[in-house]
Amino acid sequence: MLRSCAAASALGLLLLAAGAWANGLGDAAPDFTRTDFTGRQVHLADYRGKLVLLNFWASWCGPCLEEMPRFSAWQRAYAAAGLQVIGVSMDDVAAPAKRLLARQPVDYPVVLGDAKLGETYGGVLGLPLTFLIDHRGYIVARFRGEADLAQMEAKIKSLLAEPR
Amino acid sequence: MPIRTSTVRAFLTCLSILACAATPALAHKPAASIPAADLIQPADFAAALQQSKTPKPLILQVGFRKAYAQAHIPDAEYVGEADEEDGLRSLQNRVAKLPKDSSIVIYCGCCPWRKCPNIAAAYDALHDLGFKNVKVLYFADDFGTNWVDEGYPTTKGS
Repeated sequence: MLRSCAAASALGLLLLAAGAWANGLGDAAPDFTRTDFTGRQVHLADYRGKLVLLNFWASWCGPCLEEMPRFSAWQRAYAAAGLQVIGVSMDDVAAPAKRLLARQPVDYPVVLGDAKLGETYGGVLGLPLTFLIDHRGYIVARFRGEADLAQMEAKIKSLLAEPR
Repeated sequence: MPIRTSTVRAFLTCLSILACAATPALAHKPAASIPAADLIQPADFAAALQQSKTPKPLILQVGFRKAYAQAHIPDAEYVGEADEEDGLRSLQNRVAKLPKDSSIVIYCGCCPWRKCPNIAAAYDALHDLGFKNVKVLYFADDFGTNWVDEGYPTTKGS
């Protein structure tokens, strides 16, 4: 009996840990509120009902900068169908990210991330890192490193086409 | 014939636009420039860390701070992004008083290896300072994929 209780407690702790480090498909996307670079509040839960593309990037990350114009184009093309792109800069401070965005603007909100936010998403330990979060707020896809953007776009289209 | 101020301003604007267009957004020395003999595979380094008899090298992380704060190799020190002036200076300061035969391992893992802006800059800086016993941890994808996900030891904190 004692052994069963200990095993159950250990399992409970494991599940708690898994909840804190949402990194798998099907996990609820950890909520956050940040002020974007234009001064507007970005609260992830406010986008419930939309398909959210959450992209972690940095101004010094070459592959990130190659992806961002595509994300911006998707924001314009699929906004009406329910897509919302949100960028999270993992630069140390906002200034280099803002300078980069002044040269290469994007059509979606960008906030400054931190280690704590990274941890809630399972650790942002390499860039780029992109999540797709469905209309109910669950992580349905994760793309690490240089993603196949054609595959990502196909996934977005298929998710947007799903009945709500 | 007098030249109008607006004409000069337009000319300078055109020049600056051309200069920006001609400058690549990110011009980094590629990680591939590091000799293969100076690379260490993550599995080999993780195994070496387990051996208590061998003296530990100085381990320096030359990538981004927010990754270091989330997870880094135990005893690794953060010196900063070697692609940035501050990071490079911090690296140079950290090793300034060390003997040139010191064993140093550097790693980044911020991005896929062939796109990493920091690692070759750090390697070159150490070599320029005369350090010859420098090894570089090879992360093909990134630190998360090739170290953390493999179950090798990490610690957190900035």
